[in-house]
Amino acid sequence: MTAQQKATLQKFGPLLALVVICIGLAFLSPAFLSVGNSFDVMRQVSINALISFGMTLSILLGGIDLSVGSILAVSSVLAAMTMKGGHGAALAVGIAIVAGAGMGSLNGVAIAKGNVAPFIATLGTMTLLRGVALVLSNGSPISGFSSDFFSMLGGGYVARLVPVPVVLMLAMFAVFWFVLTRTVFGRHVYATGGNSEAAKLSGVNTDRVQILVYTVSGAMAALAGVILTSRLDSAQPTAGAGYELDAITAVVLGGTSLSGGRGWIFGTLVGALLIGVLNNGLNLMGVSAFYQQVVKGAVILIAVLLDRGGKS
Amino acid sequence: MNVTMKGISKSFGPVRVLEGVDFSVEGGEIHALMGENGAGKSTLMKILSGAHGADAGSILIDGTPVTIRSTREAEALGIAIIHQELNMIPQLSVVDNLFLGREPNRFGIMERRREHGESATWLHKVGAGRIDMDRPAETLSIGLQQLVEIAKALSLNARVLIMDEPTASLTEREIATLFEIMADLKSRGVGIVYVSHRMEEIFKICDRVSVLRDGHFVGERPVRDTSFDEVVKMMVGRELKERFPKREVAPGAVRLQVEDLGDAGKISGIHFEVRAGEVLGVAGLIGAGRSRVLNTLFGVNPRASGQILLDGRPLSIGRPVDAIAAGIGFVTEDRKSQGLVLGLSLRENVTLVHLGKFARAGIIDAKAEGAAVEQLIDELKIRARDAEIEVKALSGGNQQKVVFAKWLVRPPKVLLLDEPTRGVDVGGKAEIYHTINRLAAAGTAIVMVSSELPEVLAMSDRILVMREGRQTAILDAKAANQEQIMAAATEGLRAS
Repeated sequence: MTAQQKATLQKFGPLLALVVICIGLAFLSPAFLSVGNSFDVMRQVSINALISFGMTLSILLGGIDLSVGSILAVSSVLAAMTMKGGHGAALAVGIAIVAGAGMGSLNGVAIAKGNVAPFIATLGTMTLLRGVALVLSNGSPISGFSSDFFSMLGGGYVARLVPVPVVLMLAMFAVFWFVLTRTVFGRHVYATGGNSEAAKLSGVNTDRVQILVYTVSGAMAALAGVILTSRLDSAQPTAGAGYELDAITAVVLGGTSLSGGRGWIFGTLVGALLIGVLNNGLNLMGVSAFYQQVVKGAVILIAVLLDRGGKS
Repeated sequence: MNVTMKGISKSFGPVRVLEGVDFSVEGGEIHALMGENGAGKSTLMKILSGAHGADAGSILIDGTPVTIRSTREAEALGIAIIHQELNMIPQLSVVDNLFLGREPNRFGIMERRREHGESATWLHKVGAGRIDMDRPAETLSIGLQQLVEIAKALSLNARVLIMDEPTASLTEREIATLFEIMADLKSRGVGIVYVSHRMEEIFKICDRVSVLRDGHFVGERPVRDTSFDEVVKMMVGRELKERFPKREVAPGAVRLQVEDLGDAGKISGIHFEVRAGEVLGVAGLIGAGRSRVLNTLFGVNPRASGQILLDGRPLSIGRPVDAIAAGIGFVTEDRKSQGLVLGLSLRENVTLVHLGKFARAGIIDAKAEGAAVEQLIDELKIRARDAEIEVKALSGGNQQKVVFAKWLVRPPKVLLLDEPTRGVDVGGKAEIYHTINRLAAAGTAIVMVSSELPEVLAMSDRILVMREGRQTAILDAKAANQEQIMAAATEGLRAS
């Protein structure tokens, strides 16, 4: 096998794994491949996928964004409060996403201008913003929104078949794909993550790239929060805890390198689907929740080991 | 103790670094090892101290052949090296550094008292008895850290001590102390190999001098029977071969004017101008501040004083982006860490600087980008399977051409080159020289830092020589020779 074939196999390895697991599950549980169940899986995946798209950018920079779960919670609470205050759902969604972007940009400024390590900066805002969510909501869920538009975001269907969150996920996937492969900004993300000194010496405004990336990551977390709030018809100040780990898992499973500069958004989509399919399949097969954790952990370790094995 | 190296050869890949080199050092002498950058001094000393293995040749201690396969084995034989970059763990204390890896202990429990006692003895021997040995090493000055390294070498019972450019970052006072200690060690029978560029030091403290050139042993002289001129001639004495393509360009109007340029303390008073189509070579030893001048011009290193004018207009350059916008390009010294994003493709690296040229509203026109890259691949004779290959997979020469290509997407008004042919084979070098000449012919003003004197002499119109952060001469390349440059770079006395 040539190096190039090996690289291709590695690149499409996660996709191959996804296909194999799907076929396996189809045999084990006939319900798995039904249209209804397929869209169900994708809807469950959508929230993690949206967060993971943003996370892919920060990881491509060689950074990380641990604050996504907390940003999701604050944005959700803000959206809920806006609607409870008698304003329209569109305004609520707008406020949530702008707030998410704003919180993300704080991360970006601390990292780019303050030279704080991304892990530490976002660990700080993770805790801080969780506190903000609790303060704003006084610690209790805000429920019951009487807006058809808002409940459509999480629970609606396009053409009576495809769930709205799935459409949003696929649309955002297309946008991220385009940005990363076709735009100057996308190229600058790879260059900054691959070698920020060389990028800077080539005239890339690496500070701006970093700030924008964390801003986008925050906005994506907010979007995920809106969908979650709509689905539950309730904004929980404790929502999204631990979501950062699911997102990191999806990104890494998709082949994006934690050291930055290498990776792609398609891999992240596959990684998120892989997690979702495993969850769903194991549920359908009636595997206990305890064993599900064992299986998921093993899959992650095997995937990462395979990835490393290819490099040496 | 006598240590003799005979017929030592060493290659790194296809590059021959040492060829049949003889070298010896006696107990009780200070033996200088000299040569230009890249002559093979450091490699020879790394072989003697066990960091590298030789491909051929033998090492004898008092006439008995020995094999040295690691630093540990060298130390066991009584040979210790003090590297130019000190090998201390900055956060650990002085005493912890002294005994790192061989801590006195009983059943794994440290014997702090014994350690402190021994440490005090050794520190006292190098005249550093007063320093607080529980201080973290990083809080000591470089000079004191060096003394700690020497104490460590002595505590290993070193009979031969190799010092690689030990005075490069010391103050005058620290150098004086170091020399006293070296004289003391010598009187106690320790043999010292002293690697340095500083001619005056060699004549002050050394007994013998050996010279390497291009990996060959040139000769050995007792210091009292030789002269400054002879040593310089031994170091640079090769003839200029016809490996440099001729350039027929009459320099035009002044493009770049640099007036009294200085930074926070490493360089000052840099003053020159470069015309369109002219190549200004910058020569000097490592650490003379040559790269710093380029970094300051490009906005990487903050400028503290002086003015930069391009085509007569003053520039305010605070960041590389400003320099690039003004039409200045910079082929950096270290292509792996500064020049290229190794994980990206050849195409993505080439268009990194001027990606905007192929984009509208931030969206890249892939066709235009690809065409421009193909054209540059042809022009610079970059040998690669295709433009999508990772630059990591290219040879050094081809990588360097990619770095050049980055700046040629929009032909620059001024191009700064820092060691443009380092690690490039002879054929690749000639192609890079052609590129430099073509740029000059198109009116680019070029400033080229290089440690290879033949390259500087052949490729430049004029040569600026630097020594310790200041310029000591600007020579006309046609009239200058290597001896003149070396003299201006080491002494500043013979500059014409």
